[in-house]
Amino acid sequence: MSAIRFTLNGKPATVDVAPDTPLLWVLRDTLGLTGTKFGCGIAQCGACTVHLEGVATRTCVLPVAAVAGKRVTTIEGLSRNRSHAVQRAWIAEDVPQCGYCQSGQIMAAAALLAKTPHPSDAEIDAAMTNICRCGTYQRIRAAIHRAATGA
Amino acid sequence: MTSRTSVTRREFLETTGVVGAGLLLGFHLPAGGRFGAAAVGAAPFAPNAWLRLGTDESVLVIVDRSEMGQGVTTALPMLLAEELDADWSKVKIEFAPADKAYANPLFGMQGTGGSTSVRAAWQPLRKAGAAARDMLVSAAAQTWGVDKAECRAERGAVIHGPSRRRLSYGRLVAKAATLPVPQDVPLKEPKDWRILGTRVRRLDTPAKVDGTAEFGIDVKVPGMLVAVIARSPVRGGAVASFDAAKALAVPGVRQVVQVSSGVAVVADGYWPAKQGRDALAVTWNEGPNAQLTSASISQLLAQSADHAGAVARHDGSDPEAALAAAATRYDAAYELPFLAHATMEPMNCTAHVRADGVDVWAPTQFQTGAQGLGAKIGGVAPEQVTVHTTYLGGGFGRRFELDFIQEALETSKAVGAPVKVIWSREDDTQQDQYRPACYHRLRAGLDAAGQPVAWTHRIVAPSIMARVFPNLVKNGIDGEAVEGGVGMPYTVPNVHVDYLMPDTGIPVGFWRSVNNSFNAFVVESFVDELAHAAKRDPYEYRRDLLTKAPRHLGVLNLAAQQAGWGAPLAAGRSRGIAVWKSFETHVAQVAEISIDSDGTVRVHRVVCAVDCGPVVNPDIVEAQMQSAIVYGLTAALWGEITIDRGRVTQSNFNNYRVLRLAEMPRVEVHIVPSSESQGGVGEPGTPPIAPAVCNAIYAATGKRLRKLPIGKLA
Repeated sequence: MSAIRFTLNGKPATVDVAPDTPLLWVLRDTLGLTGTKFGCGIAQCGACTVHLEGVATRTCVLPVAAVAGKRVTTIEGLSRNRSHAVQRAWIAEDVPQCGYCQSGQIMAAAALLAKTPHPSDAEIDAAMTNICRCGTYQRIRAAIHRAATGA
Repeated sequence: MTSRTSVTRREFLETTGVVGAGLLLGFHLPAGGRFGAAAVGAAPFAPNAWLRLGTDESVLVIVDRSEMGQGVTTALPMLLAEELDADWSKVKIEFAPADKAYANPLFGMQGTGGSTSVRAAWQPLRKAGAAARDMLVSAAAQTWGVDKAECRAERGAVIHGPSRRRLSYGRLVAKAATLPVPQDVPLKEPKDWRILGTRVRRLDTPAKVDGTAEFGIDVKVPGMLVAVIARSPVRGGAVASFDAAKALAVPGVRQVVQVSSGVAVVADGYWPAKQGRDALAVTWNEGPNAQLTSASISQLLAQSADHAGAVARHDGSDPEAALAAAATRYDAAYELPFLAHATMEPMNCTAHVRADGVDVWAPTQFQTGAQGLGAKIGGVAPEQVTVHTTYLGGGFGRRFELDFIQEALETSKAVGAPVKVIWSREDDTQQDQYRPACYHRLRAGLDAAGQPVAWTHRIVAPSIMARVFPNLVKNGIDGEAVEGGVGMPYTVPNVHVDYLMPDTGIPVGFWRSVNNSFNAFVVESFVDELAHAAKRDPYEYRRDLLTKAPRHLGVLNLAAQQAGWGAPLAAGRSRGIAVWKSFETHVAQVAEISIDSDGTVRVHRVVCAVDCGPVVNPDIVEAQMQSAIVYGLTAALWGEITIDRGRVTQSNFNNYRVLRLAEMPRVEVHIVPSSESQGGVGEPGTPPIAPAVCNAIYAATGKRLRKLPIGKLA
């Protein structure tokens, strides 16, 4: 093991773990940030999505060594007081049901909007591949459009 | 970690029934808790098991059902707040501990399922709110020395009409707590509702958009270890021997212990525990299912149908004679597969077994079961077992099971520390209790006009109840298994439904809408077959056979009308319809589909009409219909657990496919205004979608699908 340094939610972070440990478990078990969720372990469901250098990234298969020196943002660091446009839209549309996948959905949506401020339905289809077993997809789509228009 | 409300046994024993005989005076919450200490002031008013009012105007509602997405953390407080005339913006929630005071009146146990939460709470919580409001009004009248009849409650305050004086609840709680709890305070008329029936925002949404909502998998207690368990890949197998050396060599692995379900690798965190589990060498005694395959199970089910089953329904004098005399005979066999639940949050539980008591932190639907199991394994009295219910990352019936709780209790006991057991997705998919695979044989006779004169339905399905609550199986009938078959709503003079329950060796469990999920597919497909055999429009055929089932008819007509049934469709599109009652709620759906040249079925639009009686929150009803449709549609299109040499073939979302956003149809929900008896909303949206889609496929292709999943059409 050797110390791995990266920027987490705007602050420096140092962890001393096996370098092949997935970032997900470093966030959850080592750093205590449990907003990022474990869903499948094979990058299929997106519950573990964070921003790596601003890009939506699934962390259950991402060795922590890969983020050395880079910027990582988790749901806890997306905004203060749920003020990000995507979080506000999620609240306005009452998107979550069980809520377990929603951190990942929100991080995926925020990354999409950062790159594509006014996504079409087709662009939303292509970008939002995270699984929600409660089937909140219709409201996720509505919330992304709402966030895009700043409503 | 969130500590939650705890109360003494005696205090709850004093609270009997709705608003108990004993008023809990000077009821003090323990310090701590995410909401508790902050929300409740120094002299809280706790007139019943569900409500704590503070001097700081806080309104804390103790939610005694599990929140798995269906909205109980909002709907149940709405019932209380309406009659309390509470200021909704002050309402906070906390999950109830395990206690008899919180038993689900429809089960006699504390548990969440069967779409019962609102139905069960409808009277008790409203009465509890009304009694508390009456006490606050009395307290104000006494404070002012005026006639109580001149006072009224409004948004968290009592107002004296003549003098326009006003006292907020926070200033009245101390006095109110000294008053007797009144019995049978009249409830409001629906026309006076201010909260019920409105689109109140969910109370759990804020915590679910910033990562702070605490699910079971997020629980952390001091000194906690994490365990991943190796279980027999063959269902029903057991540990023969194991070698822990390679597992113990993984850095971070602390101990390897045997438990009932297998071998637990206990480590500092999930990742070392998982790596240790993968390195563990276990020899399994594969047991009686080692040669089991999906083909052998299909054969068992089909062969069982050659025998008469236990009679679940028998109408008319002689269905056999009516069949023999019918102008036309119509026979069909249907088959459905095992299905996994695939909750987003894999199974997990944290337990701490000590000599002086047991704590269980669990995303559970069954608190009474968790408490009883904690007592049994911990060797303590149930009162010494504290169950901390977290948010559930999906339930769908899976979390009514206790397997994951038992593992955490046994592992904690073995290592003498708090332990969190976490299942991988592969564990979750392969060690589930599945929706039963089943086989159905149906026969109908039509008269010369195409009207059915006889209907027989033989249901062959492994029994869930035989495993979970065997004393509820009577005379060979599992009432759950035959529910929808027995409830076949169409007017047919001769009906015979019988049931056989072969055990396939694969454990079966409650899966959203339970056996309605298969009986709806079978009944609603078969009646569609009869409509086409009679050369009738399938909507009109149903309509004419539902004249004695007005609520079925109501939703059927509404769905057809809103879907534009009969109006021309875009090229390549077709429609199918289905109607079903489950959990006392009636739902009809019209699915609009197209089929790609490669056989891929696309569902574009689903029009859903629902009659669930009085509506607490239409926004949640709509969300639950959308949710249940997605759940049922995923299963209809792709859902299938197959067995090979006793092992589950599927393992993760790459081979147990679930619906994603790009595949989501536009779902339009229409709620029937209704003052009829109340039904549930979590499950009833699931049963009609599979037959609606398959009936649309028939309309497009003339091909009748009698086996699910749909997959790619040939």
